[in-house]
Amino acid sequence: MTDESRPLRVFLVDDHAMFRAGVRAELGTRVSVVGEAATVAEAISSIAAHEPDVVLLDVHMPDGGGRAVLEAMRKTHPQVKFLALSVSDAAEDVIGLIRAGARGYVTKTISAEELAAAIRRVAEGDAVFSPRLAGFVLDAFAARPDQPVSDPELDQLTNREREVLRLLARGYAYKEIAKELYISIKTVETHVSNVLRKLQMSNRYELSRWAADRRLV
Amino acid sequence: MPATGQNRRPPIALRPPAPAPVPPGPRLYRSTNGRALAGVAAGIAQHLRVPVLAVRIAFVVLLVAYGLGAILYAAFWAVLPVDRSTPPSRRDVGQLSALAALSIGLVTLLGMAGWGGTAFLIGLLAAVVAVGVGVIWHQADPDRRRRMEDAGVPDVSKVPVLGALSGALGDRRSMILRFGGGALLVAVGIIGLVVVTSALAGAQISWTALLNGLLFALLAVLGITVVFGPVLWRSVGALRTEREARIRETERAEIAAMVHDQVLHTLALIQRNSGDAREVARLARGQERSLRNWLYKPTASPAEKLSAALEEASAEVEDTYAISVDTVVVGDVDVDSDVAALAAAAREAMVNAGKHAGVDTISLYAEVEPEQVSVFVRDRGAGFELAAVRDDRHGVQGSIIGRMQRHGGRAEIRSTPGEGTEVRLYLPRRSDEGTNKESGHD
Repeated sequence: MTDESRPLRVFLVDDHAMFRAGVRAELGTRVSVVGEAATVAEAISSIAAHEPDVVLLDVHMPDGGGRAVLEAMRKTHPQVKFLALSVSDAAEDVIGLIRAGARGYVTKTISAEELAAAIRRVAEGDAVFSPRLAGFVLDAFAARPDQPVSDPELDQLTNREREVLRLLARGYAYKEIAKELYISIKTVETHVSNVLRKLQMSNRYELSRWAADRRLV
Repeated sequence: MPATGQNRRPPIALRPPAPAPVPPGPRLYRSTNGRALAGVAAGIAQHLRVPVLAVRIAFVVLLVAYGLGAILYAAFWAVLPVDRSTPPSRRDVGQLSALAALSIGLVTLLGMAGWGGTAFLIGLLAAVVAVGVGVIWHQADPDRRRRMEDAGVPDVSKVPVLGALSGALGDRRSMILRFGGGALLVAVGIIGLVVVTSALAGAQISWTALLNGLLFALLAVLGITVVFGPVLWRSVGALRTEREARIRETERAEIAAMVHDQVLHTLALIQRNSGDAREVARLARGQERSLRNWLYKPTASPAEKLSAALEEASAEVEDTYAISVDTVVVGDVDVDSDVAALAAAAREAMVNAGKHAGVDTISLYAEVEPEQVSVFVRDRGAGFELAAVRDDRHGVQGSIIGRMQRHGGRAEIRSTPGEGTEVRLYLPRRSDEGTNKESGHD
C-alpha cells in the first residue's frame, strides 16, 4: 500500500532510450522515476538496488525480454509490481507476460494520464486489464471440451468473472461494471484479481502457446 | 525491388559464379527447346538444320543396328552441353511415345524375323549399359547441379529414366534414385552380356563370369561415384545453403518493400503535416494498424471471417472519422448472409458513434458463443434521447434495428445523454440451417 503523500517509485525498463525519455517526461511529477535500465541484466541488478513500487517493463528486448526480468525478480522481490508496457499487443506477448507474473499490460499508445492511473492501480494491488487482454483471457478460458481440466478451481472462470471480463472487453470502467452487475467496485476488483491469479496459476500451461498458435491479436 | 532494398543488400554470395559464357556460333548443344528426351535429337537437328523428326527416326533406325542408336544417344547425352540461351519449353511427349512404340515394334519385328540374332542382342545390351552409364555420368556432373539451381527448379525432367518418378520426390532423393537407376541399368546390361556371350560360346552359364561381370559393373559405378561423389556432395550442400539464402533474401526484400511502400511514405506525410495533430494521429494510426496486421495477423478475407469483417469495418471508421476503435473479437465464425448483416450493422453503429459521439475512442467487442454471436459498440460520447430520435433516424432504425430483425437477430440501443451510447447486436446461430436466410437488401 502506498500513502498519497509519497509519490510512487517507478522504474523503467526499455531498450529504447528515446522511449524511456518520453515516458519519463510524460509521467512528469505524477510519479517519481527512480531509475532506468536498457538491458535485462542491468534491469535485474538495478531493480534489486532501487526496490521500486512499480516496474514498467518492455516485452521485447535483446537477451530474453521482459519475461526474463520477471522470472528473475519474482522470487527475490515479490513486493515489486510489474506493469508491462509494450508496443506489441500480440496475444502471445500479452498472455506470456501476464502468466509470468505481470500485474497488467498496457500498450505504448496509452495516454500519460491513463498510464499514471494504471501504475497507481497496479501499485495498490489491483490488476490492469485492457479490453484486449480481457478478450484474450475469455478466449483462452473458453470451454474447450477436448482439453482435460486438471484443476477445475483454477482452470475455469466463474460466471461472474466471465461477466466482468466481458464488460471489461466492451470498454466498461470498473464503476460502470459495478453498476451494471449490481455489485461494489471492490467486488469487481476482486473478480479481476481472481482472474489474473487464475491466469497466472492455471494449469493450462499451453495458454501462451495456444494463443500464439491461434495468432490472436 | 524498391530502391532502399538495394543499398543494404547483405554480403552473402547468393549464387555461385556463373558458368563461363559459351561463345556463340554453330556449336552442338543439347537443346532444351522442343526436346523429347534429353534434347540430343533436337540439338543435333538445330545444328544440322534438319527436321528434328528425321534425327529422331535416324536414332530409332540405328537402334536396330546392334543398339547403335541408343549408344550414340547416350554418348551425345553424356558429352554435349545443354543450350540455355532459349528457355526450356514443354517436352514433346506425344512424339516420344510414338517413337518408343516405333522402336519397340521394330525390335520385335526383327526378333520375330530371326534377323537380329545374338550379335543384335549383345548390341542392345551394350546400349542398355551405355544409357545407364550416361545417366550416372549425367547425374554426377556438378555443372548440371548448378544449372538446375539457376533454373530455380529442381530439374528432374532432364533425365528421362525415372524422371517421372522423381518429380514427386525431394531433390536429393530423386538424385539418388536416378543414380541407382543408372547403376541398375549398367548391372542388368552386364549380366545380360555375360549370359548372352556364355550362351554364344556354347558353354554353361558360368556363375563366376556373371559375378565377375557384376563386380566390374559395381567397380565402374563405384569409380564414377568416387570421382564425382565429393563434388556432387559439395554442390548439393551449396545448393541447400543457397536455397536458404534465397528464402531469406526474399523475405528481407518483402519487408523492405513493405517498409518502403508504407512506413516511409507515412513518415514523409507526417513530416509534411506536422502542424496538423489530427491528421498526424490519423496517419500514425493507419500505419500502426497496417504494420500490426502485417506482423501478427494471418490474412483472412473479410468476406470469409467475422473477425476480419469487423476489423475491416473498424479500420474504415478509424480512417474516415479520425478516431480509434478498440476492437476485441473473441472466437470467430464464417461469414454468411446473416453474419455479414451483423458486421454491416456493427459498422453502422461505429459510423454513428464516429459522427455523433464526439469522442476519440470507441470500443467494439464481438463474441462468438455456441448459441449466438453478439457485438457491442460502445462510446463514451454525447449520447442522445432514444425516444426523441428513434423514428426518424434512418441509420439507427433501418441500418441497425431493421437489418438485425430481417436476419433473425435483434438490436438494443442504450444511450444516456452525456454518458455515451452502447449498441448491442445479437444474432442467434443456426448451424443446421446454414445460409438459407433471405439476405434482404444489404
